[in-house]
Parts: sequence; C-alpha cells; structure tokens
Amino acid sequence: MSLLSVDRLDVRHGLLQAVREVSFALEEGEVLALVGANGAGKSTLLRAIAGAHQPSAGSIAFDGADVTSMRAHKRVARGIALVPEGRRLFGDMSVEENLRVAMRVDRRGHWTLDRVMELFPMLIERRNSLAGNLSGGERQAAAIGRALLTNPRLLLLDEVSLGLAPVVVEQLYKSMTSLLEGGATLILVEQELNRALSVATRVLCMLEGKIVLDGPAKAMSRELIVDAYFGLRRAAVQGLR
Amino acid sequence: MGRPPTGAILSGAGLHKRFGALTVLDDVSFSVGAEEAVGIVGPNGAGKTTLLSVLAGGLPASGGNVRFRGADVTSADASERSRLGIAKTHQVPRPFGGLTVFENVYVAATAGGGHRGAKAYRGCMDVLELCDMLGAANRRAETLGLLDRKRLELARVLATDPVVVLLDEIGGGLTDEETVALVGTIREMQRRGMAIVWIEHIVHVLLQVVERLVCMVAGRVIADGEPRAVMSDPAVVDAYLGSGAR
Repeated sequence: MSLLSVDRLDVRHGLLQAVREVSFALEEGEVLALVGANGAGKSTLLRAIAGAHQPSAGSIAFDGADVTSMRAHKRVARGIALVPEGRRLFGDMSVEENLRVAMRVDRRGHWTLDRVMELFPMLIERRNSLAGNLSGGERQAAAIGRALLTNPRLLLLDEVSLGLAPVVVEQLYKSMTSLLEGGATLILVEQELNRALSVATRVLCMLEGKIVLDGPAKAMSRELIVDAYFGLRRAAVQGLR
Repeated sequence: MGRPPTGAILSGAGLHKRFGALTVLDDVSFSVGAEEAVGIVGPNGAGKTTLLSVLAGGLPASGGNVRFRGADVTSADASERSRLGIAKTHQVPRPFGGLTVFENVYVAATAGGGHRGAKAYRGCMDVLELCDMLGAANRRAETLGLLDRKRLELARVLATDPVVVLLDEIGGGLTDEETVALVGTIREMQRRGMAIVWIEHIVHVLLQVVERLVCMVAGRVIADGEPRAVMSDPAVVDAYLGSGAR
C-alpha cells in the first residue's frame, strides 16, 4: 500500500483551475522532486495534500485512509507536514516558541527540539529571537524545523531555495543531508533542477495543472525535463504555424 | 523566421524602473515592429509586467524613454497612450462587474479609444464577434467565467482600436481547447495589422504565435531572437532551472 495516493485531483482557485486530474502514488522512502514553471500547480497540489486547500474533485488517501475532506491539523496529527512557500512563521513569537507550537501536536519520534537545533546550528543562537527578525535562510530553517517537530511521515517542502542566496541554499541542503539520506518520505518543490535531481529519487513535472513527466530521477535527462517543463515537445507535436 | 524590427512602432530605450531600493527594470531596451508579434518570457520577478506597464504608461519610468511611431511618449499617461493606439490587458481581468459585456466594451471604445456614436457601436459589435462574445453581449460581466473574462479583457483592449496590443498572461488557466481559440483570436489580430507583445508562462502556446522571443531575468534582457533558439539558449534554461542545469 502506498503511503500517499492522489487520485484524479482537481483543485481550483475560484475561476482558475490550478490542478487538473492529477493522479500519483508515493511510497515510503521516496524523495519526489516536483518541478514545473510558474503557475503549473505545484504549490496548490502540495497545499491540497496538506489540507490547506480543499480540492473540488478527486481524492487523497494517506496511509490507507481517505483524508480528502480531513482538516489540515488532523492531517498533521496523522503525519503530513507542510513547509509552505514564504515560510509563514509566527513573526511575533521567538524561534523556540514557533518550534514548540509544532510540538503540541504531540507526535513523538526522532525529532526533538535539540535534534532540530543540531540539524540547523544557525538556529541555536537565534533561539530567543523573534521569528520576524530572522534572515531568509534562518526563517527557512525554522520553518523546516517546525515541520520536523511534528515527526511527519510525509514532509512537503515548498520552494526551499526561493529568495535565498546560493550560499544559504547550500548550507540548508547540507544540513538536510542526513534527513534526505535517512529514509524520510518527502515531496520537494525546488526551482533549481540540479539541486532537485541531486537529492530526489523521483521527478514529477507539472505543466498547466497536469503531470507531464513522472519517473525515477536517475532516468531523467536535462533535455527530457526541459521539454516537459516548457511543454516544447507538445508544441512540436501540435505542428507550429 | 522573424521579421527584423526595422522601423519599430513602439520602443523603450534604456528603461529603468525602481520601487524604492528595488530595481525592477535595469537598463532595458525593447522594441516591437509594426505587425510584429513578440513574446516575453522569464521567471517570476524578472520585470516583465513592469516593462509592459512602463510601455503602456501605467507606470512612469525612473529612467529612459518610450517612443511610439517615432514620437517621444515617455511623459504621456496611460489614457493618452491608449488614444494613440497602445493598449494593454491585465493579468487579472477587472471588468466593470455591474455593466454588461457590451457596456464594458463600449466604455473602452469611447473613453479609451475616443470613438463616438455609430462608429463606436459598430466597432464594439465587430470586436465582440472577433472575441466570440456576441452571445454574451447582454450578460453582466460579474457573471462571466474565467475564459469569458479573458475574452472580455481582450475585447476591451481591441475596442480602443489599438496599433500595439500588450498582453499580460492572457492564456493562464485556460483548458487546451480554450487556448486553441485564444491563439486563433490573437493570430487574427495580427492579420488585421496589430503589433503584439505577449507575456506568457505557457511557452508552447506563445511559440504558436510569436516570431521573436525576449527573455528577461532580474530586470534585464538576457536573450532576444528566434523563439526556439531563445528557448534552447543555456542562459535562458539556467534562468528557469538554476545554473548548471546542463
């Protein structure tokens, strides 16, 4: 049985349909890189899986149970954690307070406050700083740490590198190596293709709300992904002009 | 392929746009020739929408100048440029919700295009037909779905009788069939002699129309040329997918 199973999912933002009949299954231990251009539907898909956005059709099953209409906080209790785009920390609370919010879910496991601090040493001296005063990289580390403290079985990471300096991105990924190599199951939205390919076991490319490419990371060539990303092969098939 | 932009009809030279400390356009020069169709691509934050706004007069440039048919229009506002024949659609259509489709288009023809009386009326009917909206002419705009809102946005622009049409992501969120219809309408606009500048994330749709493609990254133009050559330019691929994605 797959850990996550998404079946013919439609998700809308008012008049706009962002996700169109998306189906895929994720096994425990898979690291899935979700790639695609702006507006392809990646973040919306993640939010729907996390319960932050209600789909208009289709279903989501997690660990065998249908969670399609389950509220987001109940999904967290079952082991789905989302690190949203823009980090979304509580700016008026300290780093530690932000992390402790997640601990109230009371899912015990490998991740403790100390282990998160060990994973992201940059947070140690910022422990009592207001989250609103953190740098972009520190915010991202705190947001990932907050998600980890729910000891998720499925971690959803949206736009890890967005807005961060390359050196900070490097530092974050270096910190996450143990996480990525330790058998965690996650879906990663990452604009930097090389970065995504270096950590993922599988790549899924979206275009205009649909999955246009899905396969093992090892089998993916740059050309294949670039064509899918821009829909260029489709343009060729349609016979231009 | 690609008509050389000799005798640019609309051009911006050395354009800068700053919002406080943030530089969104950093010395951008851009031009479109008469009846030419140019696409603009680039990742989020590249400055594409800002460039269109500066060309259309919605935003004043912080530096550089905009010329239309050889005349300097840098200090003309959007309404003056609209009367001259420069029209722009918006990413999020904002029709007058309480007015009908026809009334929305009529406002554009009269207030935006400066047309009057029977000519304005006939122009509106023609535009509604071109945009396949005659059947919805008497519907209130607020009742329209996404496709019809986009069509109305296009119709409002066309009703001003433009020479240059600047399109900002008019194809986003449409189904494949709807996109085919949109491409047909835009090709017809070009056939009627309009110049087109089109920002679109859906590259394969854009490539069905444009003869030249410009890629912007972080406020600068990094590629300009034949569309497929631009899309396979390593610098363009890097801009989207990170450096060293080759």
